[in-house]
Amino acid sequence: MFNYTFHWRPALNALPQMLEGAVVTLQIAVLSMIIGIAIGVVLAVMQGSRFRVFRGIASAWVEVARNTPALFQIYMAYFGLGQLGIHLDSFVALLAGITFNNAGYLAETFRGGLRAVPRTQVRAARSLGFGAFDAFRLIVMPQMFRAVFHPMTNQMVWAILMTSLGVIVGLNTDLTGVTQELNVRTFRTFEYFAIAAVLYYIIAKIVTLGARGIAWRLFKY
Amino acid sequence: MIEIEHVHKSFGSLKVLDDVSLTVNTGEVLSIIGGSGSGKSTLLMCINGLEPIQGGRILIDGTEVHAKGTDLNALRRNIGIVFQQWNAFPHLTVLENVTLALRKVLKKSRSEAEDIAVKQLKHVGLGDKLTTYPGKLSGGQQQRMAIARALAMSPRYMLFDEVTSALDPQLVGEVLDTMRLLAEEGMTMIVVTHEMQFAREVSDRVAFFNQGKMEEIGPPEQIFDAPHSDNTKKFLANVR
Repeated sequence: MFNYTFHWRPALNALPQMLEGAVVTLQIAVLSMIIGIAIGVVLAVMQGSRFRVFRGIASAWVEVARNTPALFQIYMAYFGLGQLGIHLDSFVALLAGITFNNAGYLAETFRGGLRAVPRTQVRAARSLGFGAFDAFRLIVMPQMFRAVFHPMTNQMVWAILMTSLGVIVGLNTDLTGVTQELNVRTFRTFEYFAIAAVLYYIIAKIVTLGARGIAWRLFKY
Repeated sequence: MIEIEHVHKSFGSLKVLDDVSLTVNTGEVLSIIGGSGSGKSTLLMCINGLEPIQGGRILIDGTEVHAKGTDLNALRRNIGIVFQQWNAFPHLTVLENVTLALRKVLKKSRSEAEDIAVKQLKHVGLGDKLTTYPGKLSGGQQQRMAIARALAMSPRYMLFDEVTSALDPQLVGEVLDTMRLLAEEGMTMIVVTHEMQFAREVSDRVAFFNQGKMEEIGPPEQIFDAPHSDNTKKFLANVR
């Protein structure tokens, strides 16, 4: 009933190649988080804006990002924009798709985080002569980031796992892309994807533990 | 000099300040007493432009606070304010709480800012807490830190908004002592307070507010021992 022979050696020989893929995976995830955080903060602030246009744009982004599959978002960045004449290569398209998704989720997280910072903090900052932007940047934001640090870590792990969707827009340099190429060439599906899964697990674990370390260094209060 | 001229202020249909006029001279300590909702705290927020007003005007050394084109950030550097909830910045150490505005608002170098901050923190008795985070301080210590933070900006005026109301009774004394010291050094102060003993001892003048109106103003002896208005009499009878 079960006559599949495991061949781990060739799969393990491909490990250096797969590790290179893992680096690309991490690159995309980190970039999508950095840009996603920046956009997410802006969206969160826009959601609290007095101007309806800003609130509308921000809500639309958040709604679409959170209520449609990440796969479609990446598809749209590659094929959808392609039809409109904007041709992104698969790396950029994947990055754009995941960043769009990250920004939407993070905006919601940040909105909650902003609520956790008392308004009196802004008042105290303004009374010392800080302008509105400096009060936000120096007083509100650091406190918000503490409140949302753990959900942010989750989003980072989620971003790493989402990069595997790059294979649908033809990305063959990230961990899943590399694995898929090896798979088609050898059909040792189980071995290669098992190793890839372990690598994803290790990356995610390192990120989680790293985040815990950063939190410990950053939030001493 | 702080000149308050016929100030009207409402939150929606609720009138909080009703034609309030008074002048605080340089070097003077004015205490404002009155029941809750009498508008006294709101007046402080209006003085440094944290709250808009609907009528009248407020002048700080001749600058109209609510005029269009007034640089409120610049104006506020001259007015220190300490709030009822001490409002320490929880993510910064005691020292950083005080140096932040010195460095980012007044653009002083780190070492210069730290010199000023250490001096102010020693002044309020927190010289040994520089690297502590506010969360580890008592309410009284946090409130003294807030005073040091405001003083570090070398303001010309200090506003105190019921700074002892949220403190445990045994911590009130240390904060009042700090303010007493400040008054003796000649700081111009407006103190909104429920501490009648303090108001009597430290103030040059005391104003009594009732339902958004200033009922009367005068030297502490007059207000406490021979108040003219019936409302003042009633209020003082209740708080004694």
